[in-house]
Amino acid sequence: MLIRSSNQVPRATLLKRFPVPRGFGVDTASRIARGKFWPAPSDAKHVKRFDVYRYDPETGANPRIDTYEVDLDTCGPMVLDALIKIKNEIDSTLTFRRSCREGICGSCAMNIDGTNWLACTRFISDTAAPATVYPLNHLRVIKDLVPDLTHLYAQYASIEPWLQTDTPAPDRERLQSPEERERLDGYYECILCFCCTAGCPSHWWNGNRFLGPAVLLQAWRWLADSRDEATGKRLDDLEDPFRLYRCHTILNCTRTCPKGLNPGKAIAEIKKMVIQRKS
Amino acid sequence: MTHDKRPLSPDLQIYRPQLTSVLSIMHRLTGIVLSAGSLLLVAWLVAGAAGPAAYHALLDLVRSWLGQALLFGWTFSLFYHLCNGIRHLCWDAGYGFELTAIYASGWTVVAASTTLTLVTWLTGLFFMGAGI
Repeated sequence: MLIRSSNQVPRATLLKRFPVPRGFGVDTASRIARGKFWPAPSDAKHVKRFDVYRYDPETGANPRIDTYEVDLDTCGPMVLDALIKIKNEIDSTLTFRRSCREGICGSCAMNIDGTNWLACTRFISDTAAPATVYPLNHLRVIKDLVPDLTHLYAQYASIEPWLQTDTPAPDRERLQSPEERERLDGYYECILCFCCTAGCPSHWWNGNRFLGPAVLLQAWRWLADSRDEATGKRLDDLEDPFRLYRCHTILNCTRTCPKGLNPGKAIAEIKKMVIQRKS
Repeated sequence: MTHDKRPLSPDLQIYRPQLTSVLSIMHRLTGIVLSAGSLLLVAWLVAGAAGPAAYHALLDLVRSWLGQALLFGWTFSLFYHLCNGIRHLCWDAGYGFELTAIYASGWTVVAASTTLTLVTWLTGLFFMGAGI
């Protein structure tokens, strides 16, 4: 079907997952076992099941999938509401990041029904039965739905995401025309939730060297800034078979961005800029 | 607790197949099929140079159901890789990145490559039937 915006949930899915064995390329410590079943109270009328990825570093046991039954009559409308309800009323050991509950902090990014999204902006009514909840993909898991983002933040720091200038600082603000400011639209809104990078197959296979869509979108945000004077140096750093060119235009990033941004386009703009400065 | 003892969260095993990723992996697969299929072209030339016996043996192989299936797959791979290659050229030029355009062009590639494959085969079968 035609997808017009990233928040569109497909009406029907031909395949829920790629037809590969569950253990395909998975090291023994990461294999997922079946976990516990937490039934809803017997008087619950609208019961929804959630299959949630669990990992407890204290026991060192393999990750497992716990199934929780949630009474929707006493639960808020969002997936995050269900997770908070589970933590408050069913199983207090469930661990996840959350803060703003309105899609602006990026903390509760996770894999819901096979694609990455913010738990606070995904309606429970839009999820499958049972809804599946995993942490962001291909990251080391600290606990349950909390992945280790250290490497991604380090990659972000490597593009030096701040305004760099050679000219002496003026007495007032560095001005931009409305048109120059407009070039940042669609890029400055990124909240660094890393839904896109975690959903990028290229970053799964080459994440140690490929910067990934989130960081490259940020790189473009500084290249596109009329006030920044380090464009040449930034392009020198990016022009690399891995850092930039492991992007094969798969475009899972643009499909999954919970803010409706377009990392794929940002990367294409960087590639164009690299070519254009040579001609 | 050491870093690498932590489990790696699942990726390919759970990520939902979407038009974006499926067409991308298809592009790579058809590229591999095309490379392998070009060997058949070489075999055809070599057999032709080797003489009538070798050439007819190759023709028999190509006419078998297995040979026909391989040829059909090769034809589809050619057209798919061609159509999606044009899609990639547009992207390289910076066009077609809106989500609607990504999906519209994706489905167009699927439809165009299927149609071109079928038209090619029906045309071929028609002329074979006509004895030309």
